Amino acid sequence: MRYGEIGFDLEIDLSRGSIDRVETDPRDTKLYLGGLGTNAKIMWDRVPPETEAFSEDNLLIFSSGLLCGTGAPGCNRTIVSTISPQTKLMAYSMMGGFWAPELKYAGYDKLIISGKSEQLVYLWINNDKVEIRDASHLKGLGATETSEAIRKELKDPDIQVAAIGLAGENRVLYASVEQGRSSASRGGIGAVMGDKGLKAIAVRGTKDINVADPAKYMDLCNDVLKYIKFREDNPIKGVPPILQGLGSPQEMAIVDEQWHTTNFMWGNSRTRRKDFWTHQIEEKWRETQENVRTRLISCHNCPMKCGATISVPGLPTYMMKCYSKLTYTMAAFADLDFGFKIAQKATEYGLDGFSAPQAMAFGLELLEAGILTEADFPGMPEDTEGRFFYLLEKIVRREGIGDYLADGTYWAARRIGKGAEKFDHNTIKKHEQLPLKLGMLNPVYYLMYSTGEKINITQIEGQFPQEPFATREAREEFVKDWFQVPDEKFKKYYVDWEPRGEMSNPHYPTPEMASEIVDWMEKMHYIDDALGMCAGLSSFPLKPPYHIHNYPEFVTAATGIKMDKDDVWQSATRTRTLMRALNVRRGMRRADDKPPEDHWKKRFPDLEKQLLDQYYKLKGFNDQGIPTKESLHELEMDFVAEEFEQKGIYAHG
Amino acid sequence: MAKVKKIVKSITIDADKCNGCKACEVICSSWHATPRYSSNNPARSRIRIVRLPLRDIYLPVYAGEYTVAECTGRDKYIIDGKEYNECDFCRASCPSRDLFKEPDSGLPLKCDMCEETPALEKPKCVEWCLADALVYVEREEEVEEDQVKLGDVEIGLGSLIDKYGLQQVLDTAARMAKP
Repeated sequence: MRYGEIGFDLEIDLSRGSIDRVETDPRDTKLYLGGLGTNAKIMWDRVPPETEAFSEDNLLIFSSGLLCGTGAPGCNRTIVSTISPQTKLMAYSMMGGFWAPELKYAGYDKLIISGKSEQLVYLWINNDKVEIRDASHLKGLGATETSEAIRKELKDPDIQVAAIGLAGENRVLYASVEQGRSSASRGGIGAVMGDKGLKAIAVRGTKDINVADPAKYMDLCNDVLKYIKFREDNPIKGVPPILQGLGSPQEMAIVDEQWHTTNFMWGNSRTRRKDFWTHQIEEKWRETQENVRTRLISCHNCPMKCGATISVPGLPTYMMKCYSKLTYTMAAFADLDFGFKIAQKATEYGLDGFSAPQAMAFGLELLEAGILTEADFPGMPEDTEGRFFYLLEKIVRREGIGDYLADGTYWAARRIGKGAEKFDHNTIKKHEQLPLKLGMLNPVYYLMYSTGEKINITQIEGQFPQEPFATREAREEFVKDWFQVPDEKFKKYYVDWEPRGEMSNPHYPTPEMASEIVDWMEKMHYIDDALGMCAGLSSFPLKPPYHIHNYPEFVTAATGIKMDKDDVWQSATRTRTLMRALNVRRGMRRADDKPPEDHWKKRFPDLEKQLLDQYYKLKGFNDQGIPTKESLHELEMDFVAEEFEQKGIYAHG
Repeated sequence: MAKVKKIVKSITIDADKCNGCKACEVICSSWHATPRYSSNNPARSRIRIVRLPLRDIYLPVYAGEYTVAECTGRDKYIIDGKEYNECDFCRASCPSRDLFKEPDSGLPLKCDMCEETPALEKPKCVEWCLADALVYVEREEEVEEDQVKLGDVEIGLGSLIDKYGLQQVLDTAARMAKP
């Protein structure tokens, strides 16, 4: 028997209609842990680099993590991996909720989908009984509507459903997979699902998940709960309210949005409104939020309440989490009330809340600039809010201008031409980013934006404060109970970091320190994504309950595979390197490792070169960002080096 | 008959505070696993949440008595504009539904308040409910002293009599008693 994990994957080929339950190799658990780690290994082994996103050969993997569904609080993430139609690189997007634990209760660690169905279908996984079912009656339904229809059809309210909406069916390149209160939004995963003719995946499981050392494991879980309570009573002082606690930023609970609304950009990531937040706005937004928010809600086995049920009068109820309440609002220069309304529709259609509003704002900017004309927007209302609703409908149906915007700002700009490329100013590797434009280059963030394989800042940052506290005393106070650091030196890095002067951005932290800080931060994300842990209790917030010191104990007690700190660290290094290798094999190089051109006003080309060089060195990459033979050998991944040799990747750079 | 004081354990459920995380189901099934904590499986839990997010229904229910036959009650309750089935509130392990039955054997499950020696401070589900939807309450009640406490054999025989009738149980016992 296997512990922690189940030891079986479910493989479904939609072209042939075959369904197989396949035993997995426990040696891979030791090497890659699970979740994203083993997903990356499967993608490396089975998806050749020439494979297009919309190809029968592209795999779509829905994975649980190694500890998903065990007693570990907050361990519930579904890690979805495939080739992205937008970036053409490997996409991995994650969602919380209840789906991954349910898959494990049904007896599988992963669901690996290949091929394409000619008819629209959905999957019904009920323990050992697995069916490919007709979904023609679900065609065109919203994601939430689809989930409800399936629960009704199968007569069980406890079924967990991951579904796409119209955007996924029509292969909008930033379509999401929705799952009630959560979604896997980044990278266009919903478009791949739509391309495979797969409308939804319904799961119900009533089997056990076992752990190897029960008493020890439960002690660890109880310690985590205790620390969560401690952190609830002891918020971090000196940072904005939404960053003080654990979980995702508490956008659903907290109304104070001064930080986002005055620091982040409005429109097509253009305008900073430093004076936006007033007492009057706060009161108005409080009323809006409290009127529509029915209840704060949690994911599987997690005490945090990062999501909410939202009922806007006159609209169907939906569930929301985190920052999406602001993305449409700010892109349209609108009010929060508008944000809640349009998010309802966007959630049903299944769209990424980062990319979609930016694509819309980008389209309207092109109209303003005369690159597009009124003729491109027939029948569009005059007001901005009306225009956003108009564009939403066009995009998800790929009608007219919507067909262009449905490819995201990068591809749309190139297809439109006439100088539209200049307006695609907030993408990295063809993927829309958070709307942030800042002054002074921050060396740590420079590296994270440039090199993150997730191509999304929130999935790499965390742990280390975004900026230094004003005084040395405050920084010394902060590091006092900062036991999460993997090494004491990080405390010194932080204490010495000044808001101004010699010891400040961009030259401090030094490239060496910045690389180490990034290494720590991204390593924690990679561990989370392998274990299925929510970043909200681990890699994202300051001073989290899960960290590099208790994770090895969790892994050992759950699986019975003895792993110490170095083993877990090494495993995350392996997955991080394999992710890089996958993308290198698909053509990614140093030239692609860069932030949006205008992310910072003050840039430092020499320093940036040093930063990237130093980061690559620490990671065991060569100066093109390609993992070296030596580092691959050390990570027991000679198979990667051999393929690089064979394909001439080392020789030609 | 003399009255004696007895501690009655109970749980106050504040459904308005429930966030539907199922931590109670996880820890209940884990506590009751053999060996203790060796596995978890909400389908084996003796507390289940009726969780219908789009209707804002979050209702933790504890497993109560086993019942041989379903009742005729199919009433609807409307509370704060939300419609519940009578069954949603019912604690019985009942033939009409899968709830509160071991998923592999079908045997009924019942909440035992995590009875243990030495006693726990509170049942595990309460301990793990950081939302305070579940609150443990002990109250004193006066009960008749000489209530006969049934032994295991009597409870077992009672179930057999329920199912097969007294005569058949007597006949079987008599037959088995013959050398």
